[in-house]
Amino acid sequence: MVHAVTSPFQRRVVVGAAFLAAIALVIILNRRADRAGVDLAAPRFHFTDVAAQAGITFVHHGPTLDRQLDNIAPLIGSLGASVSVADVNNDGWPDLYFTNSRFGYPNALYLNRGDGTFVDTARAAGLADVNRPGAGVSMGAVWGDFDNDGLEDVLIYKWGYPQLFKNMGNLHFRDVTEAAGLRHWMNANGAVWVDYDRDGLLDLYVAGYYRSDIDFWHLKTTRIMENSFEFATNGGKNRLFHNLGGGRFEDVTDRMGVGSTRWTLAVAAGDFNGDGWPDLFLANDYGPEELYLNDHGRRFVLSRVGLEGDSKSGMSATLGDVLNRGRLDAFVTNISVRGYLFQGNNLRLNFLPELGRFEQGAEGVVTDAGWAWGAQLGDLDNDGRNELFIVNGYVSADRERSYWYAMSKIAGANGNVFEDARSWPAIGKASLSGYERSRVLVNHGLQGWTDVAALVGVTDEYDGRAVALVDLFNHGVLDVVIANQNEPVLVYRNTVAPGNHWIAFKLVGTRSNRSAIGAEVTLESGTGRQLKVVDGGMGFASQNDRRLHFGLGTAGRVDRAVIRWPSGTVQTIEHPAVDRLHVITEPGR
Amino acid sequence: MPFQLDGLGGHSWNGTSRALWARLGGLDPRYPVSFLITLILVLGQARYGILGGYDRLATALGVCVATELALSRWLRGRFANVQSAYITGISLALLIKPRADLLWPFALGAFLAIASKYVLQYRGRHLWNPSNFAISLLVLLAPASVAILSHQWGNDLATNAVIWCFGLLIASRVRMLHVTLTYVASFVALALVRSSIVGGPLLAEIAPLTGPMYQLFIFFMITDPKTTVSTVRGRMIVAAAVAVAEAAIRLAGDFHVPALTALYPAPPILALAIVGPVANVIDLVLTPRPPLPLGEGERRSH
Repeated sequence: MVHAVTSPFQRRVVVGAAFLAAIALVIILNRRADRAGVDLAAPRFHFTDVAAQAGITFVHHGPTLDRQLDNIAPLIGSLGASVSVADVNNDGWPDLYFTNSRFGYPNALYLNRGDGTFVDTARAAGLADVNRPGAGVSMGAVWGDFDNDGLEDVLIYKWGYPQLFKNMGNLHFRDVTEAAGLRHWMNANGAVWVDYDRDGLLDLYVAGYYRSDIDFWHLKTTRIMENSFEFATNGGKNRLFHNLGGGRFEDVTDRMGVGSTRWTLAVAAGDFNGDGWPDLFLANDYGPEELYLNDHGRRFVLSRVGLEGDSKSGMSATLGDVLNRGRLDAFVTNISVRGYLFQGNNLRLNFLPELGRFEQGAEGVVTDAGWAWGAQLGDLDNDGRNELFIVNGYVSADRERSYWYAMSKIAGANGNVFEDARSWPAIGKASLSGYERSRVLVNHGLQGWTDVAALVGVTDEYDGRAVALVDLFNHGVLDVVIANQNEPVLVYRNTVAPGNHWIAFKLVGTRSNRSAIGAEVTLESGTGRQLKVVDGGMGFASQNDRRLHFGLGTAGRVDRAVIRWPSGTVQTIEHPAVDRLHVITEPGR
Repeated sequence: MPFQLDGLGGHSWNGTSRALWARLGGLDPRYPVSFLITLILVLGQARYGILGGYDRLATALGVCVATELALSRWLRGRFANVQSAYITGISLALLIKPRADLLWPFALGAFLAIASKYVLQYRGRHLWNPSNFAISLLVLLAPASVAILSHQWGNDLATNAVIWCFGLLIASRVRMLHVTLTYVASFVALALVRSSIVGGPLLAEIAPLTGPMYQLFIFFMITDPKTTVSTVRGRMIVAAAVAVAEAAIRLAGDFHVPALTALYPAPPILALAIVGPVANVIDLVLTPRPPLPLGEGERRSH
């Protein structure tokens, strides 16, 4: 062919044709990227929003801020919608707690009546009226039995003073913050209960986002923003509080080496290197993720595990076994927007035991979920593999106006410029990555992931923040609860086609913390080895049901379940019955 | 006007260093430009991991060089100097920020950049700066896959200062400082105008100049000797015209003009892509230049 093309003219024609073909290829590949991963096959599960029928009418309200921030108030104040799951009255039905973020607007505790309906009992419980001038506004909540009395207590983290409420029983809570030594003003957007020293008492790690010297209602300066979009270290300091027992906590942040001042938005705790000690995984905005490996409860070591060179805008950190290897992998959401920014989500496959690092497993539809916030890994169709549910969207206002161009003016500039909020162009009524659709990604193992959101009935365009997975109706499947910024919550009831089996475990610690937070269950069955960890706070501003739910596919048999309790006790249960919840109490020595 | 330049070992600037630097004036301008872009690459990668993966650099650089060698040999009968391709390859690797798992924008962008020099010609000369052409095309035709460098540079004053110092010195040695300064002055003046029209903070309007995209733009694209017009005055007018076109795009962005949405992610690059070839055609019509000798069509163009 080439030999036949001999004249200069012919050669120029050939090169011209190749040039045009390359342009055509750009267009084709771009279209493919736009549509990649959308599944057209009918999934075996379907969601229906039942919030209204269930009586869950909660609507989030974002914070109002100092007038000096008016130009970008919708940006700064676009946080605070959260959801956390706990069985607050030990009746076997999971209850829901939602936070509000505006002075005078109450948080809500929806008690599960067990008949498909819920009732808000926050006011009677003393958990509603927590958003007050001088005290700050709620950004999220995590539940854990810090005093091992068998009742779930709650820590509400805020832009303001965090509040620890002790569950007194009979659906009544008492504010014990002051006595616990936790009354420290923080601008926190994440927290996790974790027994880092395995003494049987839940400790607390709270993630500061904005600096703690900032009072958003009485600003002394407008230099409160990040000083770099990818390498900022001028955020709030994270703090670790050691549970001393007797209802008291001690700040051990510096001693334990976990006082990161990156802009941490999410924390998850789990044993990544298999040494039996819970580590801390941080998703940082404007910076790389961080893994603090736990050195036998004596200190944490910020470790070089393949995260440090990949700086993005971490929004959420959720843990799960993605490939049924018996490992805790991490999924971290980031920002993608057409034409402007493709940071891409991270799927951190855990190869710490072999290689000492994570490997990037995100590709295709996993990488781009818009301006993604909360995400959770859970088996939504009971096929034995974890799906990914991702919520997204930042500011949904005028559909015809986007703030992206205006923000791009300062995004590449010197950090001194945009550290001052006054230097930011006014957002006005514009949207910023608004009206995005959530993603429901089905896990096909090594064959990748496909997006089935529209097919399974997830079509909302709310500004999703927090997402929690819970078998809300005790029907053997995971339902999905979403807290949306400035918008109503969604309660997606899941219907799974018959045929797949499941098994669930509720763990009760004795030597370990009573909530069994940090306990791991490894299930060996026909679908391989699945690992799940009891959640002390995970995702963004969320906490899943602490009952561990496993799908089993069509194989209705489990070889064994191995429970690694935080105390170090290993318990094996041979051939546990399927299609039921097992309540397991930690054995004595 | 003697002063100390620490980067040259503390030698007095009126001694050996001056002689060495003076000799650089006789060099092919691609050498100092290659040095500068390599400096940016090394500095950016070492401090900020700006590449996002060495596979991106290898792809962009490899395809640029291979395309240059193949097309020059096939169309002009001899292998071209690959320094231009080297500069283009690095520019693309630095400027293109596609979706994380995609390599094809680097491969196709590199091919289109180099091939554009051989295909899009008028009177024997190509009209677009190669990387400017490729990036503009990718931004316009592949927005679901490709974004452009914006903040992946640490937003750090010290790094910016180093690049600006070297950039200005080298622009001076390759006799393109007037283009850089005209554009910068025009940009600042127009930022004042835009700020007064839009009513936003002046700093926000000037801020883009301190970003990495602009460093690459003002030291590598708008100053490309091959795709600038023939006179100093003409080049200054073109630089100012690019700034004006950019200001128009930016104002459209501020007022949310829907028809121009595709232009908003990269105003200066797209402004150059619009103004540059028009200016070159006008220049070639008004002041015809003899076609370059065989094999020189790509010379000095990056």
